[in-house]
Amino acid sequence: MEIKAFQRIYTQLTGITKATVSLRAQGVANEELAMVHGRLAQVVKIMGDMVTLQVFSGTEGIPTNAEVVFFGEPPKLKVGDDLAGRFFDAYGRPMFGDSEVEGEPREIGGPSVNPLRRKQPSELIATGIAGIDLNNTLVTGQKIPFFADPDQPFNQVMAMVALRAQADKIILGGMGLSNDDFLFFKNVFENAGALDRIISFVNTTEQPPVERLLVPDMALTAAEYFAVEKKEKVLVLLTDMTLYADALSIVSNRMDQIPSKDSMPGSLYSDLAKIYEKAVQFPDGGSITIIAVTTLSGGDITHAIPDNTGYITEGQLFLRTDSDTGKVIVDPFRSLSRLKQLVIGKKTREDHPQVMNAAVRLYADAANAKTKLENGFDLTEYDERALKFAHDYSEKLLAIDVNIEVDTMLDTAWQLFAKYFSKTEVAIKNELVQKYWPN
Amino acid sequence: MKTQGKVTGIVSNLVIVEVNGPVAQNEICYIDLAGTKLMAEVIKVIGKLAYVQVFESTRGLRVGTPVEFQGHMLEVTLGPGLLSKNYDGLQHDLSKMKGIFLQRGDYTDALDFDSEWDFTPLVEPGAHVIAADWLGEVPENWVKHKIMVPFTFDGKYTVKSIVPAGKYKLTDTIAVLVDSNGNEHKVTMVQKWPVKKAITAYKEKPRPFKIMETGVRVIDTLNPIAEGGTGFIPGPFGCGKTVLQHALSKQANADMIIMAACGERANEVVEIFTEFPHLDDPRTGRKLMERTTIICNTSNMPVAAREASVYTAMTIGEYYRSMGLKVLLLADSTSRWAQALREMSNRLEELPGPDAFPMDLPAIIANFYARAGFVYLNNGNTGSVTFIGTVSPAGGNLKEPVTESTKKAARCFYALSQQRADSKRYPAIDPMDSYSKYLEYPEIQEYLNKNISPDWVKMVMKAKNIIQRGREAYEQINILGDDGVPLDYHDRYWKAEIIDFVILQQDAFDKIDSNSPLERQRYMLEKVMSICDTNFHFDGFEQCSSYYKRIINVLKQMNYSNFKSEEFYNYEKELETILNERRVQ
Repeated sequence: MEIKAFQRIYTQLTGITKATVSLRAQGVANEELAMVHGRLAQVVKIMGDMVTLQVFSGTEGIPTNAEVVFFGEPPKLKVGDDLAGRFFDAYGRPMFGDSEVEGEPREIGGPSVNPLRRKQPSELIATGIAGIDLNNTLVTGQKIPFFADPDQPFNQVMAMVALRAQADKIILGGMGLSNDDFLFFKNVFENAGALDRIISFVNTTEQPPVERLLVPDMALTAAEYFAVEKKEKVLVLLTDMTLYADALSIVSNRMDQIPSKDSMPGSLYSDLAKIYEKAVQFPDGGSITIIAVTTLSGGDITHAIPDNTGYITEGQLFLRTDSDTGKVIVDPFRSLSRLKQLVIGKKTREDHPQVMNAAVRLYADAANAKTKLENGFDLTEYDERALKFAHDYSEKLLAIDVNIEVDTMLDTAWQLFAKYFSKTEVAIKNELVQKYWPN
Repeated sequence: MKTQGKVTGIVSNLVIVEVNGPVAQNEICYIDLAGTKLMAEVIKVIGKLAYVQVFESTRGLRVGTPVEFQGHMLEVTLGPGLLSKNYDGLQHDLSKMKGIFLQRGDYTDALDFDSEWDFTPLVEPGAHVIAADWLGEVPENWVKHKIMVPFTFDGKYTVKSIVPAGKYKLTDTIAVLVDSNGNEHKVTMVQKWPVKKAITAYKEKPRPFKIMETGVRVIDTLNPIAEGGTGFIPGPFGCGKTVLQHALSKQANADMIIMAACGERANEVVEIFTEFPHLDDPRTGRKLMERTTIICNTSNMPVAAREASVYTAMTIGEYYRSMGLKVLLLADSTSRWAQALREMSNRLEELPGPDAFPMDLPAIIANFYARAGFVYLNNGNTGSVTFIGTVSPAGGNLKEPVTESTKKAARCFYALSQQRADSKRYPAIDPMDSYSKYLEYPEIQEYLNKNISPDWVKMVMKAKNIIQRGREAYEQINILGDDGVPLDYHDRYWKAEIIDFVILQQDAFDKIDSNSPLERQRYMLEKVMSICDTNFHFDGFEQCSSYYKRIINVLKQMNYSNFKSEEFYNYEKELETILNERRVQ
């Protein structure tokens, strides 16, 4: 993004806020990029000849006589095979003194896919984690976040899922990632020998927050290149979308917009949807799957960020430490994969849907029994059995350190059913019981 | 001469245009961005400045860009060929667009203007007609698509000439009408109508008096929706709103289904695109897609067009209603539409109402719901638009403005409960919080008692009462403990559970259970209610729960079997045996 000769240089700012500057300028296009005092900025508002720019790295130290040069084009990313295996900053510039990418520049945040040109997702992504594969099966072209409290090991789980998922490309969009977590991802990917299929766009906590607004668009532009042109299966990891939304609210606040719920901008839903809806399955095999992280404060999912996210994404995954077994599990009650219906019992064994539901229902009975116990009531004999079942279910299936095939998960579930319950208590369709009930 | 203008300001998709002539509120204009036309709608005028909302991304737009105003509001094109189409929110045919990505300004025709249609006249020259009267008909899929006197025609007309039966193109003149001043008007098979105005070319709109069968037990049996009625489904995410809407679109007893996917997930629309062309409509034996039109403005498509999409859908519904058809309109989700209004209101710097929504939100919603209804057409035929919208309340809180405004406008309320969804009791419609005002209409009660069974409404009320009492018993059991309450409480609780498991819960993914016709619903409710009326003998509460679980299990197997099949009757026999074990004579 170098300054070309004969470009008009403006030197008179008329307004500066913490995130924006304004000046009088002519012939400026909406959303085009500019350099303000050596920092990248983007046009966000034009009123006659008054132009407002959002300065990504903040306006600290920008004087009213700062030099402003307009580039005449929106933010772009150079895409090419050369992207693979490299780390970039939020502007798509290579990190660690790496050389420039060879490739064709492409506008980020481009248009949406025509819904008619999509294909219905139908390919399952196996992760080996029963809390996911058995209860909340993931499908290519899906978008799903982990709803997690900051103290939970969501980045570790996400890295694990990414590496097991057998994608052609894994693209990491890190927003407000702590440097330690960034190095964690880097190490894990390097150790797995998977670096050549991984591309990272990272904004760490050491960098200005508004910069992160570019990260998802950068990551998804790269993803679209590989999914559309190379017909590859691309997995995009976005962490942490809560920090992204926080950056949105900073900008809207600086632009004097009226905040809606939880001081988030009124357009939060559309802003998030634009990102998540990039998840797609194309008919010719290419796909973009998005796994994101939305951190919660105190587990509150009614806050505007997780709430809007939940309405956009195709389900959500909750992590929880099971007090019974002391293991981290994928919570079977609150987690949901909306697309699982497209593959379970179709791409997996026929008994999958019913086994899944029966297990969760029995686990719920155990939860009720637990409440009874805590309230000091006597347990029935059934309650006792349900509790024992819950312990085994949690340890042998739900725990995230379990790594087994889907069929094995189903067999394990049947064994647990038979061990603790009668056929009527399990209440599964008779023909399936006859076929799979262990003798 | 069309009014021209120039762009003077840009804030996201709100553009300010300085105009050189008259402009109307809601008038459509095109912004000419280097040859690409961007469609926009006037939403505010101050002096020479028109504030327009652009239905596309405004990236790259500059001050000074020319704008041309069109002299009309946002219109839809109405004519044969609307069925089975997939439109965007502005009625552009998605299948005609080029490329994988939606390009700005790629505006495609709503109808296939090259196609020919088999026209049969229904009137003779000399006939007196008014707006919406049927001039002729063409076969469209399985519908007899009526060619009508355009809705915009005011007053009385005489048919001067009408073409004989034969094949005609959409834009061929099929009739010439003469107005009271002797002026001639040519009529084609196509007409246009502004989406924000209701089509009122009918004789009268009575109170709805029939119910619309949906095959969903918890709706039809407990809280039925009337044909021409309105309902809404609020619920937190993950409670099965969309699954429920899809079930309705597949099963409802309607001639035509319009689905407005308004600001929701693209994959959900893809599901319809993929499945509907293969699914059979049990009523006509044809494919479901043949009775379905999809208006699709998914969450990543331009926000302003989201607002337009629900109006586009409603106008198409009203058009088919005028042909004497039963139309079911589903909109998912009206909250996204309200949010689109909020974004624009915010950019216009209007003073905000609750949660930053515009102050007139309740009025806008009420107005929209009022467009549904059962009508008598001028020729004595009937038609209806039944509208069911979903609402996505922020944080699952039903006290937010969109839910509250909708509650005032819609007559049926299907509350999805997080608690039921968490325990996988689908469809998660809460039987107590939900209501259907229609159940209180004497004309609907009469209809139900006449068409289902003589004591139907009484039985439904009783079932609701048992659920209520079961819930109370459950609370008592939770507070006092299993053995701290009389056995009778357990009995009451488990009887309510039978209704819950067998009537309320329904497996939307099971081929048989997903669709339960009224006759089957009657049979099962009578069966369940007869069990609820029976006294059983138990020695303790543990016996009670395991016994009722067995009953529920067999009843569920009945739900999974073909109605009145051998399998079904076998389970019924098994049930009788179980009932006889503990029945107190």
